[in-house]
Amino acid sequence: MRDLHQTDSVTASRSDARAQGGATSDWMPYLPASSSPFAPEGVDPADLVWAETVAPGGYTHKVLSRGSRIRFDDPTGAACAHLLLFNAFEPWERLNVADTQKIPWQAYLGQGSPLLSGDGRALATVLEDTSRHHDAFCGTSTDAWNERKYGGSAPEGPTPSGRSLFAKAAAKHGLTKRDLPPSVSFFQGVRIDADGAMEFTGSAGPGRHVTLVAELPLLVLVANVAHPIDPRPEYAVGPLRVHAWRGAPTTADDDRFTASPEHTRAYLNSIDHAEARGC
Amino acid sequence: MTDTLTSTVPVGAVHAPDVPLDWSESLVPGAVVRDDRVAPLAPWSAVVRAGEVLTIVDVGGNQSADCLVYDAHDPDERYSVPDTLAAQGNAYVRTGTVLMSNEGRPLMTVVANEIDRQDTIGGACSKESNTLRYGHHTQYQHGCRENFLAEAGRHGLGVRDIVSNLNWFMNVPVEADGALGIVDGMSAPGKRVAVRAERDVLVIVSNCPQMNNPCNDFSCTPLRMIVVQP
Repeated sequence: MRDLHQTDSVTASRSDARAQGGATSDWMPYLPASSSPFAPEGVDPADLVWAETVAPGGYTHKVLSRGSRIRFDDPTGAACAHLLLFNAFEPWERLNVADTQKIPWQAYLGQGSPLLSGDGRALATVLEDTSRHHDAFCGTSTDAWNERKYGGSAPEGPTPSGRSLFAKAAAKHGLTKRDLPPSVSFFQGVRIDADGAMEFTGSAGPGRHVTLVAELPLLVLVANVAHPIDPRPEYAVGPLRVHAWRGAPTTADDDRFTASPEHTRAYLNSIDHAEARGC
Repeated sequence: MTDTLTSTVPVGAVHAPDVPLDWSESLVPGAVVRDDRVAPLAPWSAVVRAGEVLTIVDVGGNQSADCLVYDAHDPDERYSVPDTLAAQGNAYVRTGTVLMSNEGRPLMTVVANEIDRQDTIGGACSKESNTLRYGHHTQYQHGCRENFLAEAGRHGLGVRDIVSNLNWFMNVPVEADGALGIVDGMSAPGKRVAVRAERDVLVIVSNCPQMNNPCNDFSCTPLRMIVVQP
């Protein structure tokens, strides 16, 4: 590396730094989002507001307006998108995994699943799901877990914990560990047998995606880390693509509004809140 | 409250006077540190010191005791459903289950348990979630989230500190297709669970006031909380 850079004066160093502009890496945000080399099919690139490839072991975060579509792509079949959602204006309203499983009477996430807050509102809805291998039981990894499993957990190291990455993402929005509830994850599946035992079903294969719609203005935190009960001894996680674009939240005109009585009342509560607040 | 007080406040459905109650006793022997009776609908909290064992008695049978646990000295570290489930590779709580924190460390251990399995998937009821589950006509009713917030406030904790919880004596099966829900309980009057503190912990319990599902058998009954030093 030393031999590649001439940096023995400010002028030389500035030229050296500027010469790096325009380079690309396998994991990076694409700005403007409309320039994404991986814009989802059927989406007008001009509508994109977020385009990024998250590194294995990386994290990302964004504040998105109500109605935004958020698409996660697993190009290699090895991503694991751990997700936390917060009401962008009142972040103490946040994803509540227990309500997300209990209220729709369904433990497994999939197309049509509402992602509910603890305040009786839908934060988001799963619009599309070509994977069906997801998990709402195990949350993400902790430092203690990764130290036992891999011998290390430092966020700057090869085996970062999801919680340490969430903590950093949260900190960038003024939040602390108090603000990190249990999370859900996409692209690596877990199933529960009759005795309660967990089975890790892993990936559905490469090229799968999940698309959400934001039912309220959202703060989105994403950590792309190995699933906690992935039985493989290696820390195996692939890149994660994220795109978001403008759209409209669920209304009474959408079929999903009446998918169940619980869905209907969740959307009514979200719409009631957003209209009163003017967001 | 006097017997002659009248009130127009629509409070929850407390059990009928003739419901059988079994106050039982500590599930493990030891010197009693505290022994509290928790009224129907009410919250409770206490610090349980490392090594002490908390017995929760389901006095009236099938009365959900919604429960949160915090490190008594650093409440940012608190009970975590997913860490508990992932650590044991099983979705149900039974004897031997270690109640793990959000930092992946032990808070308490279930040392004895008199029902087939305990729940930690079903979360707490709330005024807000009741509107989704049963309709907006139930929003006025009391809920566990109300109890958690009130009791947490007594310890300087707030809404940011309330997370998904345990439900002692509640029954939430996960079926093969992922169907999940609260069904009739497997407990009975006097049944108990005992949890040992692995460090000093703050335990907050809501004696669940839910009136719209079987988590309290549609009859809210008392709990007994006994802490012993074995």
